[in-house]
Parts: sequence; C-alpha cells; structure tokens
Amino acid sequence: MKYAYYPGCSLQESAREFDVSVRAVMAALGVELVDIPDWTCCGASAAEPVSALMNYALPARNLALAEQELPGLDVLAPCSACYLNLLKVNREVVGNKDLHARVNEALGASGLNYRGTVGVRHILDVLVNDIGLDPIKERIVNDLGGMRVSAYYGCQILRPYEVFDDPRHPVSMDNVLSALGAKPLPWDMGNKCCGASLMVTHPEVAMHSVAAILGAADGSDAVATVCPLCQMNLEAYQHDSAAGGHHVPILYLTQLMGLAFGLEEPSVLLDKNMSMDGSMRAGIRSRAWRHEAPGEGDETLARET
Amino acid sequence: MNQTQAHAWSPDAVTREILEELRGEIGACMQCGTCTASCPNGFAMDITPRQMWRMVQFGMLDRILESKTFWMCSSCYMCTLRCPRGLKLTRAMGALKRLARQRGTWKIRKNSAFYDAFMENVEKYGRVQETSLMPGYFLKSRDPLLPLHYLPLGVRMMRAGKLHPPSSAQKGRLKELFAKVREMEEES
Ligand code: SF4
Ligand code: SF4
Repeated sequence: MKYAYYPGCSLQESAREFDVSVRAVMAALGVELVDIPDWTCCGASAAEPVSALMNYALPARNLALAEQELPGLDVLAPCSACYLNLLKVNREVVGNKDLHARVNEALGASGLNYRGTVGVRHILDVLVNDIGLDPIKERIVNDLGGMRVSAYYGCQILRPYEVFDDPRHPVSMDNVLSALGAKPLPWDMGNKCCGASLMVTHPEVAMHSVAAILGAADGSDAVATVCPLCQMNLEAYQHDSAAGGHHVPILYLTQLMGLAFGLEEPSVLLDKNMSMDGSMRAGIRSRAWRHEAPGEGDETLARET
Repeated sequence: MNQTQAHAWSPDAVTREILEELRGEIGACMQCGTCTASCPNGFAMDITPRQMWRMVQFGMLDRILESKTFWMCSSCYMCTLRCPRGLKLTRAMGALKRLARQRGTWKIRKNSAFYDAFMENVEKYGRVQETSLMPGYFLKSRDPLLPLHYLPLGVRMMRAGKLHPPSSAQKGRLKELFAKVREMEEES
C-alpha cells in the first residue's frame, strides 16, 4: 500500500508529534508514504472568508501536484481541515464546468492543471477500510490494557461529506481503539465542535465548547483525536479556569497506536503534548489502568471516584 | 456612529454579486429552525441562523452587515448536515464573512484580522509559519492587549518545543497563484 502524503502546515509546526507518529505507525503497518513534492498550505479555514477562488485554488494546487508527480496514488491527509479542503475540490470543483475552468486558469499561472483524478483519504478511513483492524491487532506488542479512552472525531472529517463513517454516530476510531486493547468510553461529545479557529478570533465563545467536551471526558485516561486543531484547542487551555479545570491528556490516535506497537515514548514525541504531566506519563508507561482492583493506590484511578 | 448603514444604500458590484449568490443558495429555506437548534455557537450570535437566512432572502444588507452572527461560525458543518432542505449553510456563512469584509468597517476588519493575517502568511511563506502568524495577527487586530492574552500559552508551547523559527523552504512559492487570483477576482 502506498499513498501520496499531504502532511499540511500544522504537522510541520506545533503538531509534529502527529506527523512523526503517523509516519511511524504507517511504516510499522507496511504502508509507504510519499510526500507530495512542493506541497503548500491548503488555506485551512482562513481562505473561505477571504477569497472564494483561493478557497479552491490552494487545495487544488496540491492535488494537481499529486496527479502530476505521483499518478495513481490516493492522497492521505491526517489533518481534518486539510482533508476537507482537498476533498471539497473533488466534490465542488470537479463536475462544475465554470468553476473548474476558473480554478485551472488560476493554477495555470504556475504551470499547473488539475484534471480531477486524485482520491482524497483521511487517515481514519485508510486505517479502517484499507489496512483493516486485523493487521493492526497483529502488530500489537504491548496492548493498551483497558485504558479508558474517549474518541474525539471533531467536525470536518465526517461533515458535510459522509464518506467513511456515520457523522451522527461515528464508530471508526472507537473500533481502532478497541483493537488496541483500549476501552472506548461512551459519550456524546465525539462529534461536537471544539471551536476550531474561533478559539483565536473569539476565545470566550469557543471556551464553552472546550469546557463541555473536557467535562464530559472526566473519568477518561485520555482523549484520542485525529486533528491538530482539536488537539490544540482541547489541551492548550486546560490551565485556564474558563475551560473548567479538567485535566486529561489529549493524544493523537497514532501516538496511542505507536505505544501499543511497542514504540517508546520519544519516538511518538509524547513530550510535545502539553496536557501530559508526570503522573499521566507514569500511568501510560506502566499501563496503570491494567490493575482495576480498588485500593491499589493508583493515581489515575484515585483521580476520579 | 454606525458606518455600515451609511454605505448600505449603494451596494457595489462585488457586494451585490455575493448577495445574489447567497439568495440563490438560501432561497429554499423554509424557516424550520433546525440550523439554529444545531449551532454550538448560537448562544453568542445576535441574530439566529434561521433569522439570518430570512434577512438574506429579503436582501436586508444593512441589518446583515451589522450582525456578528457569521463571525461566530466555527465552520462545524452541523447545520449543513441537518438542514432538511440540504442547503449549504456553512458555505453561506463563509460568503457572509466575505460580504462583510468587502464592506470593511473597522469593526469588521478586527473580526477578519486573523483570516487576513493567515492568508498573508500563506502568501509569504507558502506554508503557514505559526511563530510569525501570531505577531501578524496582533498587528492587524490593533489590540495592544491581545498579545498578553496569548503569552501564557506561548510560554507553554515554547516549553513543549512546539515553536519553531519560520522556515523559508517554500517562501514565495505561491506568489504567482495569489497574483493571478487577485487579478481574476478584481475583474469578475
Ligand atoms: S435548517 Fe435549513 S430549512 Fe431549516 S431554517 Fe435552517 S436553513 Fe432553513
Ligand atoms: S457551521 Fe457555523 S452556523 Fe452552522 S452549526 Fe456550525 S457554527 Fe453554527
């Protein structure tokens, strides 16, 4: 299996742990990732409010490069916003004659053209549908031993396009977590919005969503995410009283996979997670949740009675 | 002083075009209120999404531009998922942001400062460089207290090794594309 890899800007910046753990986990599963040469920003959620055409031209540039340089490969985008922006080009530009012509006219300025032949895939889609849960289970060295994890899907991987999971009741990440030996907790916050870039423009508003999500995650050993913006919003303000004073590690699904595959903490960059403190790291290292009997003096258990 | 109202009587061509496009998209709204009920940020909006679509149908440009409703949209697509008429509501919220930005008053420029700073960063570096994005945003917002708000976070990010000096690997890579799009959007 081989994919054209689109890391996206965040994964080169504040979310390097996502990039590094995706590459490590994919390598462990025998999947080859080839970076799209010369890729640039997809516009995130900032292009749409500024320019209708840029909103399509920026992601289309990357698909055009993949089409030209890595023909036949699907694009794999771990970041939710990147995934949606790239997918949007296939859904809204390809098949719309006028718009497609305009986008290609813009791309023509740098000698590019997008015909519309590249499949766009989210990492969760690839894990569940291309790789499958059995090969993931076979790769496990040190399973998560009943770690209580809340699966946080966020918005843009399932909405508005219902591609690989039910946006109302998503299960794909829960299934991967179960395969890793974790215990996904039932909650109704998995597809709630974390505030996205509203956390920068109007933090007092976004904080309500963050507080509600973190509150509902009480009793979890960790929250698993597949989006750098969700991860940042959920962990960066845990010190802020407006976020409700809930402390829980917010980990990338691929970091948890790496740990279950026997990779050491440094190779999944656990030290980059701001929500990780000493006791949480110790808990992860010793799989503290394996010993569920009461009275063992385990810190993770003592936290939530 | 409300600057928006003063301009609202002679919409320029671009404003009219965005408004027309919006009216086309929102025409089928039956005012059921599902979008309002679905919105996680509705509590912070001064006009509910349902009311906003009514105003779009009636072309009430001045009232629309006074509102902060669309700036509170976090693009979560919940309304788009649930609208029984299948209307592209998140996209419409984006178009409303563009509409307001087109008519830019000071209040509006403050609201769009982050998006503008982001796009400038992309134009310059090709890939977003977070360490230079935030100072760019602070400058555009013209709010001297804003950097203070982000200081504790900046310190924690620095400690976790999350901040990196801007990379120039893709610098200037998007210059032609930005120039071309600007030219195309000006003449349309
Ligand atoms: S959900 Fe759709 S039809 Fe109902 S009020 Fe909102 S836009 Fe109109
Ligand atoms: S997309 Fe915007 S308007 Fe629609 S529900 Fe989400 S935040 Fe509200």
